[in-house]
Amino acid sequence: MNSRDLILARVRGAVAGAPDVEVPRAYRGVTGDATGGATPAGGDRLIDLLAERLRDYRAIVHVVPEAEIASVVEEALTRRKTGRLVVPDGLPPAWLEREPRDREPYDTVGDDPELSAADLDGVDGVITGCAVAIAETGTIVLDAGHGQGRRALTLLPDYHLCVVGAGQIVAGVPDAVARLSPERPLTWISGPSATSDIELNRVEGVHGPRTLEVVIAR
Amino acid sequence: MTRTFLGMPASALQRSFPSNAAKAVRDSQLRFNLRKATHTIRDKRASVVGELPDWEELRQAGKAIKDHTLRNLDRYLVQLEEAVTAAGGHVHWARDADEANRIVAGLVKATGETEVVKVKSMATQEIGLNEALAAEGVTAYETDLAELIVQLGDDWPSHILVPAIHRNRAEIREIFQERMGEWGRPAPEGLTDEPRALAEAARLHLRERFLSTKVAISGANFMIAETGTLVVLESEGNGRMCLTLPRTLISVVGIEKLLPSWRDLEVFLQLLPRSSTGERMNPYTSTWTGAAEGQEFHLVLLDNGRTHVLADEVGRQALRCIRCSACLNVCPVYERAGGHAYGSVYPGPIGAILTPQLRGLDSELDRSLPYASSLCGACYEVCPVAIDIPQVLVDLRAKARHPRAERLGMAAAGWIFNRPERLARAQRAGGRLRRFVPKRLPGPMSAWTDTRDIPDIPRESFRGWWDRTGGGDR
Repeated sequence: MNSRDLILARVRGAVAGAPDVEVPRAYRGVTGDATGGATPAGGDRLIDLLAERLRDYRAIVHVVPEAEIASVVEEALTRRKTGRLVVPDGLPPAWLEREPRDREPYDTVGDDPELSAADLDGVDGVITGCAVAIAETGTIVLDAGHGQGRRALTLLPDYHLCVVGAGQIVAGVPDAVARLSPERPLTWISGPSATSDIELNRVEGVHGPRTLEVVIAR
Repeated sequence: MTRTFLGMPASALQRSFPSNAAKAVRDSQLRFNLRKATHTIRDKRASVVGELPDWEELRQAGKAIKDHTLRNLDRYLVQLEEAVTAAGGHVHWARDADEANRIVAGLVKATGETEVVKVKSMATQEIGLNEALAAEGVTAYETDLAELIVQLGDDWPSHILVPAIHRNRAEIREIFQERMGEWGRPAPEGLTDEPRALAEAARLHLRERFLSTKVAISGANFMIAETGTLVVLESEGNGRMCLTLPRTLISVVGIEKLLPSWRDLEVFLQLLPRSSTGERMNPYTSTWTGAAEGQEFHLVLLDNGRTHVLADEVGRQALRCIRCSACLNVCPVYERAGGHAYGSVYPGPIGAILTPQLRGLDSELDRSLPYASSLCGACYEVCPVAIDIPQVLVDLRAKARHPRAERLGMAAAGWIFNRPERLARAQRAGGRLRRFVPKRLPGPMSAWTDTRDIPDIPRESFRGWWDRTGGGDR
């Protein structure tokens, strides 16, 4: 018998006659709460919670009106003296506009044709949007969609600047799972890279980006 | 059943848990390290679990989802296989450690590569994959910080989540300074024992390796039958490096890691991070379905004794385990004895019920593991999938073969208790001989009376008194 059939036969023999189980789902499920929803007050509460939870992970967080995204991005890139920046396909160009208009544009590089791992390792930072953000856990989810790029883009550069748009923040994990598609490769990001491997204390900064900066558009 | 291999050399099975533990508790550095680490994580876990008003409901859902999956495991495994294949992945089935190692070695050799990078994985630890690959001329590089510490230190893992929990920062610095150079880029000059500096040293040591290695090996925290999706939770980003950059990805996953539907992640992505690292969410979670972003993807489904555990009505609940390690962190026995005393890659309370079931109760060590507990029940209380570890421990104690003297004594007691007239005769004899009962038992039985008093035998039994006095009337 091949191993597939053997394992399946063993499983059937092992559970024969065992009772099945109903799954009680009495926990808080999909709330439907999200920014950009019916009540602006509910949206503000989610934004504040997301900002607070991200700061707990020592991410740098800004909450600004949508019109001010470009100026916060400029301030962040200037402060960090970021040199070359990876810009994935589909990122809203408005986020990278500089005032006054005739200023020199950022030193950016796209991912088409695909950058090699070594090239990516050589850039200073990456700017992306996201698919969903979860307020309760302080999590940003990327699904490799527009303005996010493939997974390696947010992995190799040491600095990740992420813009969370209006309408992307949900209350809890069930809301996020319901919005996301399993067919896309997902990366759930909760703060900068960290480890608890030395005496079980959290230390930020191992292999992923050591700085995570988040701009939340109100 | 032939003994299932669980990632420990046969020599580790010769000594019982008590003798391993007796050695470990004399190591004051180890006890200090463990106490510090387990107490830190206990408090963190309690606080983030306490934040959720529906923790108990999540726990009950998690338990039921796992039980339902295990009951229908054959159906869900076939569904998973179809979904992974449809998404461009390849599925392999391995009945035991040997077969899994052969499959992985074959896949690696087919790529023509001789080096692989690894994401921390209990399943590959369990089957001894690194050693098996080494025998085939393939070097496996561990990339998780704690696994790196264990690999560089030529050591054994002692905790499910933090395999190097028995090492403190000064010891880690020493290992990095002495051994990193043999494996690749040496530790930086003047390395301090600051955790931040140690993490930076690991970053530098592994960076070039991540960029150049063509094959990666991982496990998975969850597999979704409905969609064929695999899920890996991690902290450092080494997992993302391995899952994303290499051209070929091979995942070795125990068959019990299944969840039926995508929606079920809403439960487990809340239960696992809060229970394991005591965080609202771990820094990075990756999910992928089949061949993602043009990668070649192989899934190796591993039995290695799991179907044997599944057949046990009481013991099968151990297969609900999501390897969070909360039970280790609260266990008073683990805190003092440490992980190595359990002689398995699965230490602590969960190891005490999982190891003897996977490996069988044949060795001295495995027979002693169900006793590596005071049955205080703290492990059950923190378990995010409500595994009643004390219940399984007691059940295994009954199944394990007991020492000859104990079996003879129990057989004699059984023979006496079986008939009331035998019991009455024994009680009368005991009453008459009571002044000959010693205060301390002789020979090996003296260990029992070292810490206990032999109960006084009454002059007369209750039944004897009743018969003589008619219940006190005469």
